[in-house]
Order: sequence, then structure tokens, then C-alpha cells
Amino acid sequence: MVAARITVNGKETPISPAPPHTTALDFLRERGLTGTKEGCAEGECGACAVLVARPGVHKPTDWVAVNACLVPVAALDGQELVTAEGLAAPGEPGRPPTLHPVQEEMALRGGSQCGYCTPGFICSMAAEYYRPDRSAPPGPADDADSDAEHGPNGFDLHALSGNLCRCTGYRPIRDAAFAVGTPTAEDRLAQRREQSPPAPVVTEYTQDDRAFLRKSTLAETLQLLRERPDAMVVAGSTDWGVEVNIRSRRADCVVAVDRLPELRELRVESDHIGIGAALTLTEIERRLDGGVPLLAELFPQFASRLVRNGATLGGNLGTGSPIGDSPPVLLALEASVVLADADGEREVPLADYFTGYRQSVRRPGELIRTVRIPLPLSPVTAFHKIAKRRFDDISSVAVAFALDIEDGIVRKARIGLGGVAATPIRALAAEAALETEPWTAETVEAAARVLQAEGTPMDDHRASAGYRSAMLGQSLLRLYARTTGAVSS
Amino acid sequence: MSRLSERPEKPVVGLPVPHESAVLHVTGAALYTDDLIHRTKDVLHAYPVQVMKAHGRITALRTGPALAVPGVVRVLTGADVPGVNDAGMKHDEPLFPDEVMFHGHAVAWVLAETLEAARLGAAAVEVDVDEQPSLITLQEAIAAGSLHGARPVMLTGDVDAGFADSAHVFTGELQFSDQEHFYLETHAALAYVDEAEQVFVQSSTQHPSETQEIVAHVLGLHSHEVTVQCLRMGGGFGGKEMQPHGFAAVAALGARLTGRPVRVRLNRTQDLTMSGKRHGFHAEWRIGFDADGRIQALDATLTADGGWSLDLSEPVVARALCHVDNTYWIPNARITGRIARTNKVSNTAFRGFGGPQGMLVIEDIMGRCAPLLGLDPMELRERNFYRQGQATPYGQPVLQPERISAVWRQVKENAGIADRRREIDAFNAAHPNTKRALAITGLKFGISFNLTAFNQGGALVLIYKDGSVLINHGGTEMGQGLHTKMLQVAATTLGIPLHKVRLAPTRTDKVPNTSATAASAGTDLNGAAVKNACEQLRERLQQVAATRLGSNAADVRIVEGVARGLGSDEELAWDDLVRTAYLQRVQLSAAGFYRTEGLHWDAKTFRGSPFKYFAHGAAAAEVEVDGFTGAYRIRRVDIVHDVGDSLSPMIDIGQVEGGFVQGAGWLTLEDLRWDVGDGPSRGRLLTQAASTYKIPSFSEMPAEFNVTLLKNAGEEGAVYGSKAVGEPPLMLAFSVREALRQAAAAVGPGGAGVKLASPATPEAVYWAIQAARRGGVSRIGSTPDGSAAEGHARNGHAADGRIRADAAASNGA
Repeated sequence: MVAARITVNGKETPISPAPPHTTALDFLRERGLTGTKEGCAEGECGACAVLVARPGVHKPTDWVAVNACLVPVAALDGQELVTAEGLAAPGEPGRPPTLHPVQEEMALRGGSQCGYCTPGFICSMAAEYYRPDRSAPPGPADDADSDAEHGPNGFDLHALSGNLCRCTGYRPIRDAAFAVGTPTAEDRLAQRREQSPPAPVVTEYTQDDRAFLRKSTLAETLQLLRERPDAMVVAGSTDWGVEVNIRSRRADCVVAVDRLPELRELRVESDHIGIGAALTLTEIERRLDGGVPLLAELFPQFASRLVRNGATLGGNLGTGSPIGDSPPVLLALEASVVLADADGEREVPLADYFTGYRQSVRRPGELIRTVRIPLPLSPVTAFHKIAKRRFDDISSVAVAFALDIEDGIVRKARIGLGGVAATPIRALAAEAALETEPWTAETVEAAARVLQAEGTPMDDHRASAGYRSAMLGQSLLRLYARTTGAVSS
Repeated sequence: MSRLSERPEKPVVGLPVPHESAVLHVTGAALYTDDLIHRTKDVLHAYPVQVMKAHGRITALRTGPALAVPGVVRVLTGADVPGVNDAGMKHDEPLFPDEVMFHGHAVAWVLAETLEAARLGAAAVEVDVDEQPSLITLQEAIAAGSLHGARPVMLTGDVDAGFADSAHVFTGELQFSDQEHFYLETHAALAYVDEAEQVFVQSSTQHPSETQEIVAHVLGLHSHEVTVQCLRMGGGFGGKEMQPHGFAAVAALGARLTGRPVRVRLNRTQDLTMSGKRHGFHAEWRIGFDADGRIQALDATLTADGGWSLDLSEPVVARALCHVDNTYWIPNARITGRIARTNKVSNTAFRGFGGPQGMLVIEDIMGRCAPLLGLDPMELRERNFYRQGQATPYGQPVLQPERISAVWRQVKENAGIADRRREIDAFNAAHPNTKRALAITGLKFGISFNLTAFNQGGALVLIYKDGSVLINHGGTEMGQGLHTKMLQVAATTLGIPLHKVRLAPTRTDKVPNTSATAASAGTDLNGAAVKNACEQLRERLQQVAATRLGSNAADVRIVEGVARGLGSDEELAWDDLVRTAYLQRVQLSAAGFYRTEGLHWDAKTFRGSPFKYFAHGAAAAEVEVDGFTGAYRIRRVDIVHDVGDSLSPMIDIGQVEGGFVQGAGWLTLEDLRWDVGDGPSRGRLLTQAASTYKIPSFSEMPAEFNVTLLKNAGEEGAVYGSKAVGEPPLMLAFSVREALRQAAAAVGPGGAGVKLASPATPEAVYWAIQAARRGGVSRIGSTPDGSAAEGHARNGHAADGRIRADAAASNGA
């Protein structure tokens, strides 16, 4: 066993003596790398964004931006990390550094005012700068919104959806993003993409009585979970990091599963698609490449790029939150989860998975291994997320539709709802009101009234119960308007 | 042209230079207060003991259990204060209270070797509280008559006669929300003591002199024993004008008592639950218009939610009253201001400082009344613009009314209003479920502190033998680009290239008795002081140069670092000139000073001319609203803003854009919610995290965003002809709110005034659409959908259901 260590800006550093709950953010700051800032400590503002080298989708290695406030530093054992300080090439003694192209654009175009959020923006922007398929054409030409979110250089503004700036109003930051060119052949981070990513390592990092553990295989991990049923299982830590920082939770034992090869498979079979529970949402998004349209509609609305770079479907289902954004979609897709423990595996339909508020049929010692989406897919789908803010917000209500409409008749309707009950639910009554009926304004209006009565929405700071209910019905009317092109209100 | 406003040959002011710290920002090298702890040995970490009750008397405070936590060094309580136990200027803000006044009030602070130990120590402190009844909402406080501070009345003309002459009289009510500053850098302070027990405090503060004053009075020291430095802030927006003092005092007290450096840094939750916000207001109004839609009379009462202590509530309310007119002449007015005392954080300065609140009242009135008057809102606004010879309701003449219409005209032109309104009408006719609308609003914002004494600034400029220049001034840098402008001013006045000038961090031992960097006045005050110091030095150097060049000092010009006599080719380089001056024993440092002239203000009669000048601007915003959900996007914004002759155009445009988006956040998105129920967490801030309190992100940025600075706009009364820019652009965002109102109205049959809750969240817009579908809002209180409004109201929030059925026209009252 090698002592836990991490490579920061090309320099290898031991993690010890940081306590196991220490975030990468606090670790960096204690090492004097204070460019990485804490703005919110819950993955919302991106002031702490850093780059990590991860297995790539189009190249051996991708530079991926993540929120350093959420990731325990021990989870980065053996990994490579670059901060805003590491992007500039140091100048001669007494001379200013040579700025990285994204730094130069941001500095020259007024992209910083108070400067506090800037290093995080720089890292998010650099990750997009190094995205190998960035020159890909922007979204469909007929989609004006999608065009507005892509620069002429292929820069996808969603790369910055997890970074908040309170000073600039964003226009100069967008200008900087849309002005960056392509990495040169000498660019060392561009070159790094061509090499293998840092391999996952076995980690046994303990301080006092607390441990952060990572095994190399699923079998070993399941054995460990049998011995330590109290262990907190993490992948991207995008939920657990919030618990640690905001609610001051500390776990005696944290077990990382994000690099287990068995949990990172993506397979398209004849009758289903199997998505490894520990693939990040970004990886799924890029590898499916629109193959599941409902998921493709979900991803840009799911938190932010910084979060999607860490978050997994396993995690989103594992926490069992009623306002997670993936469950309504997966319910509409009639997905199931494959649960594994040391004794074997079982498959549970997602509709039977949730049992109560943040509770599920998953037993202690059991892991979500795979999410299975049956094929063929229903052709008419939509995901409506109702939130105050379009980027990086939590749903007040989320509604996912998957419909089979043949010859004007609704043959099958699956509707998943989030935010209207203690668990994500299927809108069974509304499904029944649609099925076997003609896809007409009359049917839809009647079904919308049924849908509006589903669940038991609450009043809270995100929305009133009345608005939540109204949005259920409205989302079906909106889907109908979209499918028919014209429906009068 | 005045001496203050005149620009020399080849000025450095006016050039679009990037922020002076831009390279440090993008490389992560720029240091903020809390970054210093990693360069400081043996720092103790402070953690607050927050009591999670809205109101109650402390009957016991037991620190013993905290001291038993490994790593805890000391617990600070009121008994430790050697001086005055007060964190404010009005002796109503005990630093260590014996009465809990709001949910989350800090009553003690734990010092420990690590932040983790301090947190555990704070959790171990035992506090017994005798709970008392609490007032959380503005309505509760108004109903209970819980008011504090001044109750100013602004009177002009004959209000009763004005209403008698009115063809149309409308009444209404509006409640609108508070706003969290959400500077990315939370409050932070780091204090040390030196060998003589003097205190040095690094503080993220907009007002170092007042931080110094409070630290001194808490410690029982004189001001010359306390030095406060502010390197830079990660955003301030007014939230660091008064609020940092107590946190700095806690750090300083801890350092005095332990002899070790002490760090206070609030995490986001603490910052949100402990520090004050923009005041939410309630307004009740009655307005009279003549048959042509000209305002005849306004009678209004504005009540601010002051929170538990006064803080800056009195001047905030004064500024609100002074801006209720905005760009409109109101011949007869009676406006009353009140401050409600509630069991919430003490509300404070926030960009605009009451101005936005006052202006929101009149802009809301205009937006609601235009359809009732049968007028296009744009037309109604234009008809009421100030004209030459008219004065504000507090008696200040509006000297440049032509600027109001100039920016308005230009923005209409830039935005192509006529064509786009046709396009929007066509779009709306073709899209039953998606509506667009375009609205223009303007602004007039008074520049100077209402309190005349604050309108002074100081600077210290040092020239070293090698020709390099170091400037110090009393203003602080929070991202607004003040330091960049000060460098440009110094380089311009001395006639040297920008790279010759460096700026030192703001410190109270360099420039004393400074005013807060606030009221948009940072550049006016400090710029004029820097200019004054540089002029003294330049005059001395001109004398030296005159001798060398065989010229008269009055005929020596220093341009781009070279001195020449008029009509002569002989040159003297700046560095040689400085060296010569040194050898001749000429003083190469100077203190600069500036006081704004011509101001007077009587707070008792609420009359005077408190402002040096007015800033102007106009914005045209187009929105698109989804009729199904109320969700919307800002499609395009055009702004023409008057910054005088810009000192630094890139910085000024940045301020305009940033202020606009921040204002749009306040009016449309940012939604502070408090627990107003009777349960155990009554008074708790429900939106106390970035995950629940949403500020604008990239998705709220206008898809097209065009900002133009008004040309040929030199301001005689300010440094190098510029105008203040920090706060005014925030108020341009009224255009977004008015566009949303019009888009919601476009769903319905029209002709009715649409009421819109503030903030106009997608939900609020949805309810406005629903009301518009039913043909107006006058029936909203009695419609079945009242249930939804009640749901909103249960959260203690401004909602249509709470606003009484109003805006009923009473013709010829």
C-alpha cells in the first residue's frame, strides 16, 4: 500500500495528515493554493472548480471540471489535478506569468470584476477548451435556444452553468468563452489527453477512527460493505459532500465506488440498455449521444456541468430524494435497477424501488450496479422541469412523459413525477386516462385534469402547492401543443 | 469647464483598460482576507454560537462544555468586552447580546485550533432562552405598530388640491421582497496584535474607518491603536458597509485576549442567517392623474422592514423617499417613510440603498395604471418626465431634465422599438401560448450621500526617487474597478504612463476618517482627492522642470512622462525630473482632499439639495413568457446610460451590465423566504443556501445585451467630467419587470392593470397570466385561484392574494 497522494499542478503531494472528511478544496487551500475559493460549499457556485484527469470519452484522458468543495481529497488518491494557478506558465523571476488562453481572454475582456469567482470560471472554461469534440457543430439549426448557447468556436455555455458570478452579468465571460481558440500542439494539458488517465488505486486512508476506502473490484467492495454495513457509499460525492459541509455529517467509513469497472459499463443490448451506476452523467450523455432522447432532454437540465461531471445515476437513485431529476425520467422509461450484494444480484423495477422519503428497497450492504432501460423506446417523450432558474436549480416539479401514439391513438403512456410526493411516483391515473384514447385536445385536457390531481404537493420555499399541481396539468398541455404544433389555450 | 472636470492632453482616463487586478484574478493569485490565514502562523479559528430562536432572553450561558472539546482555546462572551459591547453606531446592536433578537443571532464565539474544533465547541455551548413573542413579517410588525427610528414625511405642494384636480384617482398596495447580497466572498476578518498590543485587522469591509472605530470602541482603545486594512473584497454591494464591523471586532477581541491571530470567516449559511439584506418594503399609495395622464398628486406610505436593529435603515428610507419620483414630476406629494422592527437580521445597505425601493413603487404604479388610463405605458412615462424648471418633491431643482429624454430617445432608436413592437405583435398573434413584450424604463438617481458630512475623500500620493508612484486613497475595491480608475486619474494628473503608478491596499493608517465606499460616490470622492494630491505634486515638479527647461512653471506640460515648455522642443523625462526634484529637496509626497461643494440637506424638514447631480439611464427589455408555466427568458436588452465622460469605459460597461443583471435578479428571481409559522423554527430563514436562494446564472443573461454610454455627457461637477456608475444601473432592470407584466397581459383581453408579485418568479408570472386570462386583476381576491395566492402568502411573502383588491378607478374623485 502506497501512502495516499495526489498530483497537483504537476507536483505530487501526500494527503496526510488531512482528516478523511477533508474536501479537496480545503486541502488545496491549506497547501497554499488559495486561488480555489469557497463560495457556497455545496456545489452551487463553482468558485472551487478544479480540473481532474479522468478516463476520456473521445480521447484516453479528459480534463474534467469538478467542484472541489464536494470531493473528499482522499477520493483523488493517485489522481491528477490542476488549479487556476497551474494553468498559467510561470514567468521569469519577477515577471508576470504567461497566461493560459482562457485566462488571457477573461482578463482582456473584463471577465473578472471582484475576481473571487474567476479561478473557478477559468477551470470550467479550460475544461470546455480542452473538450476534444468541441468543434462539433452546435445543436440543430432550427433550435434558436441551442444556438444561443454555443459559440462559433463550439463552446457550450452549459460548461459554465455551475459557475455563479455576482458582478459581471456574464456578458464579458460569454465573450471570453466564445473567443477561445484551439489548443496548440505544444499545450501540455492538450498533450496529456493522449496518454492514459491516472489508474484508479486502492485507497485505505485512515485518521484516528475514520476511514476512506476504495477497493479495486466490485466483489471486494461488496465484501467490505458486508463487513461495514454502516459505510457511506460515494461515487462523485455530489450529495455526500453537501451533507459533510452544510450539515456537518461525518462518517466513520466512506467507501468509493466511482472507479469500479463493473459499475462503469454501458451496454446496448437487443432488449435493453444497461447503464453502469457509477458512470457520470456527463459520460452517459456523451456516450449515448442522444440515443435516448428523454435522457438527452434531461441532462442539460440536471444541476450543472460541474455536478454532472461527478454525479451518477446510482447516486441519484441511491439517495432516493423525491426531487431528484433522474427518477421521473427513468420511471417514464420503465427502467429497473440491478442491485448487487455479496450474495448475488437482483433486478427491481424502479416503480417498486422507492418505499418512502429517501427510502428504498435497497438493503444494507447492497449497491446499485446497473440501471436498465428496456427497448424499444416510446417515440413521444418530454421532460419538463419546473424551477425558478433554468440552469442549476432544483425542481419544484419534474414531469417526464413517454408515449406510444399509433394512428392517433395513445397505445401506452408512462408518466414519471418528481416533487409531488414523498417519493418519485408514476402518474398512474393520468396514464390510464390517456391510454387507448385518441390523442386529441379533449383527451389531453381531461387527462391534464387527472394529472393535476396526482400526488400531494406541498407549499415550500420553491413553490406553492397550487402552482405545483397546476404545472402537472400544464406540462401535458404543453407536450400536446408541441406534438400538434398548434393548440389553442 | 470646471478645473475638476477638465481633461489634459492625452489623458489616461477614458481609455478602456482591464481591471488592474485582472491577471491576478484569472491566475488565482489575487489575495482576499481569508487567503491570508494560510500565510499566518498559529491562527485561531472563531465559530459563532447561534441561537435558533426568533426572540428570547438568555437566562444562562454555559461555556464549560465547549472548553472540554479538544482544541478549544477560549469562548468569547459579553463579559470579555473591555470597551463598549456594541457592533453598531447607534448603540442598539450588542456584539454579545443578552436578548436573542432573530433566529440565528450569535451570542458567543468559540476560538479553537481548528475550524472543526471551533464548530464542535460552538455546538457544545449551552444557552438557555426564555422565549418571547416574535414579529417576523412586515405585516405583523405594521399591525403591531412595531416601528423604530425616524418617521420622515416628504411634503410638496397641496396634495388635497392635487387630488381634487385629478380626473383619475387610483389606490393600491405593493409589497416587495428583500434581497441577499450574495457576494461570492462571505464576511471575513483576521486580527493580530503587535508588541504594544496594538491591533491590526485585515477585514473584508467597504468602510475601513468605521470598522476601525467599532473595533476601537469594543476594545476600549483609541483609533490610533487600531489599523484596518482591506486588500480587496470578493464583492460587497453594500453588504460590507456596516455589517463587517462586528465580525472584525470579534476577531480583534480574540486576538487581544489570546495574543494569537484570530480568524473569523462566515460560511455561506452563517452569512445568510447572520447578516442583513436589502430592505423589503410595503407601500400603500393613492395617485391622481389629469385627463391626459399627467400625475397631479401622490400620497403614499412606505414601510421598510428594518429587522431587529436600526443599522442603516434611516438613511435607506430617506433615499427611498428621495427616489419615489424617479424621472417623473410630481407637483403635489405627501410621502411618509417608516421602519418596521421585526425579529429578523438587521437590514442594511444594498446597491441603490433604498433608491430602487422608492422607484419600484412609482414604476409599479405606472405599469399598473397605464392600461386603466388607456395609455401605452411608454407614452404614460414620457408624458410625466421632468421638464426644465421643475424640482423634486424634496426641493432640489432637476437641472438636466433633457438627459432623461436623451437616453430615452436614444434607447428607443438603438433598440429599434417601432419595428420590434410590430414584430412582437405579429409573434403574439401567431403564438397563443408564448407571449413576448418589450418595455422601457428610465432612471434618475441622486449622487452623493444624503448625509452631507460623508461627502469627503482623502488620498496620499508618494513619488519615489526612481520615478515610480504609489497611491493610497480611502476607497475600497470590491470589484467595481475603483482602483483601476484611481490609477488612471493619477497617471492623467501627473502626465505619466499607467505602468508608473501602483496602488497600495486601503489602510486606515494611510488615509484617516474615510467615508464608506458606497453611494456610488467612491470615484467622485477619492478620485478628486487623488487628483488633488497629484496636482500638488505636479505643480512642484513643474517648478523644477521650468528651471531646467528655461520656461515658466505655468507653461510646463507633462505628457506621457515627458515635461516640455510651451513652444519649446526641449524635453525632460519624468524619471530625471523626479530625481532632480529630490536632489533639490522638493517634497515628493502629498495628501489630497476633496469635499463635495454645494450640498445641503435638512433631515427634519426633509428638504434640500442633497445630491451633486443625477445619473440617468434607460433600458429597453424584451422578454418571452411561456404561457403554460410562467417561465420566461430575457431575449434582448438595450441600455443607454449616462456616466458623464467615462473614466474607464470597460469598467463602466461592466458596472452597467452587472448592475442590471443584479437588479433583474432582485425583481424576478431572488426569493428570500422566512418561516412565518408558529412552529419551533419560526423566524428561520428557509432559503439559507445557494441551493435554495438563487441568484442569476448564465441562463438569466439577456441573449442579446447592448450597452451604450451616452456621448458628450461631461459632468462639470465631478472628476474629469465623469459620473458615478455603481448603483444606478441596477434600477434599469425595472424594464424586465414591466415587460413581464405586459407579456402576462398579452394573454388576456387587455385593458386591465396586471398586478405582478415581486419577485416576478415563474410562479408569480404564471398567476399573473391566469389573472390576465380572466380579464384583469380586480377580481383576483375573490377568484377560486385565491387558494394558490394563499399558499404563497403562507410563506409570508408578497403575493397577489395579499394585495387588496384595488386599482379600481374612481373617475373624477
